[in-house]
Amino acid sequence: MEQLETLERKTDTKLYCFHCGDETPDETIYIEDKIFCCNGCKTVYEILNNSNLCNYYSIDQNPGITRKHHIKRNYDFLNDTDLKLKLIDFTNGKRTQLTFDIPQMHCSSCIWILENLYKLNAGIISSKVNFLQKKVFISFQDEKTSLKEVVELLDSIGYDPQLNLDNRKEEKIKSGYKNLYYKIGIAGFCFGNIMLLSFPEYLSIDVSGHDELKRIFAYLNILLSLPVFFYSSSYYFISAWKGLKKKFVNIDVPLALGIAVLFLRSIIDIIFMHGAGYLDSLSGLVFFLLIGKLFQNKTYETLNFERNYKSYFPIAVTIQKGKNETTIPVEKLKIGDRLIIRNNELIPADSILIKGNANIDYGFVTGESMPISRVNGEMIYAGGKQIGSAIEVETIKEVSQSYLTQLWNNKAFRKDQEREQESRIVSFANTVSKYFTITILALAVIAALIWHNNSTLAFNAFTAVLIIACPCALALSTPFALGNTLRIFGKNKFYLKNTFIIEKLAAVNTIVFDKTGTITENNSSSVEFIGEELNDDEKTFIKSVVRNSAHPLSAAIFNFIDSKIIKNIDLYDEQPGKGVHAIINGNEIKLGSKIFVTKGLKQFYDDYSTKVFLSINEVTKGYFNITNKYRNGLNETISELEHNYELALLSGDNEGEKEKLRIFFGTDNELHFRQSPQDKLDFILRLQESGKKVLMIGDGLNDAGALKQSDVGISVSDNTNNFSPACDGIMDSKSFYRLKDFIKFSNSSMKIIFSSFILSLVYNIIGLWFAFQGTLSPLIAAILMPVSSISAVVFTTVLTNILAKRRGLI
Amino acid sequence: MSVIVVLIGASLLVATGFLIAYLWAVKNGQYDDKYTPSVRILFEEEKKTEIRNKKSEIRNEKT
Repeated sequence: MEQLETLERKTDTKLYCFHCGDETPDETIYIEDKIFCCNGCKTVYEILNNSNLCNYYSIDQNPGITRKHHIKRNYDFLNDTDLKLKLIDFTNGKRTQLTFDIPQMHCSSCIWILENLYKLNAGIISSKVNFLQKKVFISFQDEKTSLKEVVELLDSIGYDPQLNLDNRKEEKIKSGYKNLYYKIGIAGFCFGNIMLLSFPEYLSIDVSGHDELKRIFAYLNILLSLPVFFYSSSYYFISAWKGLKKKFVNIDVPLALGIAVLFLRSIIDIIFMHGAGYLDSLSGLVFFLLIGKLFQNKTYETLNFERNYKSYFPIAVTIQKGKNETTIPVEKLKIGDRLIIRNNELIPADSILIKGNANIDYGFVTGESMPISRVNGEMIYAGGKQIGSAIEVETIKEVSQSYLTQLWNNKAFRKDQEREQESRIVSFANTVSKYFTITILALAVIAALIWHNNSTLAFNAFTAVLIIACPCALALSTPFALGNTLRIFGKNKFYLKNTFIIEKLAAVNTIVFDKTGTITENNSSSVEFIGEELNDDEKTFIKSVVRNSAHPLSAAIFNFIDSKIIKNIDLYDEQPGKGVHAIINGNEIKLGSKIFVTKGLKQFYDDYSTKVFLSINEVTKGYFNITNKYRNGLNETISELEHNYELALLSGDNEGEKEKLRIFFGTDNELHFRQSPQDKLDFILRLQESGKKVLMIGDGLNDAGALKQSDVGISVSDNTNNFSPACDGIMDSKSFYRLKDFIKFSNSSMKIIFSSFILSLVYNIIGLWFAFQGTLSPLIAAILMPVSSISAVVFTTVLTNILAKRRGLI
Repeated sequence: MSVIVVLIGASLLVATGFLIAYLWAVKNGQYDDKYTPSVRILFEEEKKTEIRNKKSEIRNEKT
């Protein structure tokens, strides 16, 4: 009783769910002194409490994942052997290992509970989390449990894994990472020791009486430089060779040339006892270059930039065969199969509705969250989600040939083309390196010609030019400037796939926007009531009624009305696709479509905005007009970008908001409506054919083609972890208003690289002065090369930070 | 002066030891996940006390 009293005392402040931390309207759901927002959260608490796992709640506050929107899924399809083998990593019949993606993971408590799974299911041997990748590695005993049980367990505590068959390629990238770490370690080790052994040389210590000591040092240096030359720097030779084979001089060509000449010259110098060689400069150069590479390779492990529709589609579907229901993998689905689609299940292929009340949410495809109702015999496109009771549909197209998915057959998605593009990245450094290489080769020949009557000096001058002109500063300023820019963007919730995208972004001159979900907000809409003014009682009735409905329009109205709530509703009847009929305090409330509420004739929609009609006691009071809300700062973004860029808008919707959009976009920019996914892709292609560099900003799967085809495709997302088609960058929707800053900042980064290039040229000219005289001593090289490299790194890093601060990005 | 050769040899040996330790750490995946272990180490405490509790329980049963 005492606890109930404390509960009541708490009611004047806000109440929060003990499990997930969401605000709760009342304290009807509770265990002891703990309040829950829904029964789902309560159940999870009970499961954990029964296994003495309540430590979960003491590591982080309210760590749970809300269960309000949770729908119980049927995991029977996980008994299918074919499917099982595709999902697991390893099995020997007794023990099975697997890796699951769990995007819900967000705090220390999540790690704790996921690593203590063995306490919940005795069959689980161990589970280990990689938090940054949001993955959990589980091994279990086949005798005691099964894949299905493990998945159901995870689902029951709120961590339902993402099941798809499309994530088996990451291993490769990882081993590439390890190689880079090995190379850096070895280069660093050799660099340090070679410098140590070169100290007598640096300090001009007189070792005239100990020639054999000098030789030992020199040969040790050669020994140490071998792994640097043959292992650590191998990437540069391979890349240079690949480029040259395609008649393309990339930045690695002059680098490889410089490294090779450094090595050969040093060996010759040491063997013929001309000097100590430049092996310290060589290993230092390779070490710094690899550090630059590591810095540039910053990736966002949790984000996936390569998703296609398969990641979203279910991996198995329920089909009706005769009178039996069976589950088959989605790949085996054929035309004419009868599918059972339950609440919140996705339709995997274009189909015709056979039975049931279809209420399809295409939010997944278009970003539009209002469900659309369909009647028997009507077509349902793949990618829609059924809301409400189960329906039966018959497929009329294969999965890969459906309206949405056929987009992926377009050549923009082909792998070989992708590779082709990647090998020829047109970056500033690569463009410059062509002229650079030719120039230094010419200079080296000139230097050799000057000393043509002294072959030793001629050789010295020739190699010295190639050594000193090695564009290490340029090769370092690009990764550091762009790597830093990538990080600054990341801090502002704008995540790019790699640093090359920044250069492409800086080169863009046309920007194409998608409408729904991109420039409009997904989950909030602006609501106005048109009709008779409502009194307080009526407001209370309406708010109490819509509280019970899960329909997004109800949610919008619920947030719009500011009033109290009555809990007792005498009658509540929700008809999918029509509206709500309720009796509350003896008053009959009807909310919904015009036909449903006013019993009027079905009339042709002349207006494109969404209207919810209201009648109280059979008297029509008016309607709620619900329109999309544009994102914050859209107006400023557009008007700022308008000056320098050509803009366009592509919308899958009707022309309803054309006039409103004209205000934003002005009269010069193209607005296109009723665009299919294919239309969007073609539009981008046309722009590119007329020589434009296109930035596409979209969100849903229907933009996937356009995002892929465009020079830079950026997807806007409310939750960066779970919803984005293949793209070059993912932008958190809260950062949308910074778009202009992002584009401008990438331009600045390119300018910084350019100025750092000028700086490195100055060093080169100083070095060349020594080189031409044939007097480039190892000491001068050992000073000049690190100084130029380090100053390039410092210059670019400091400058990008200053500029970012000035733009308010950090 | 020849003692220098011995010293250089010794220093290279020690340095190689560290290099091998580093390579071994990379190979074992210490750089795969740079975040989770920092959290996981905080949980360890609880497991230890649990084991200790169990041990003391066993001891209590015996006496």
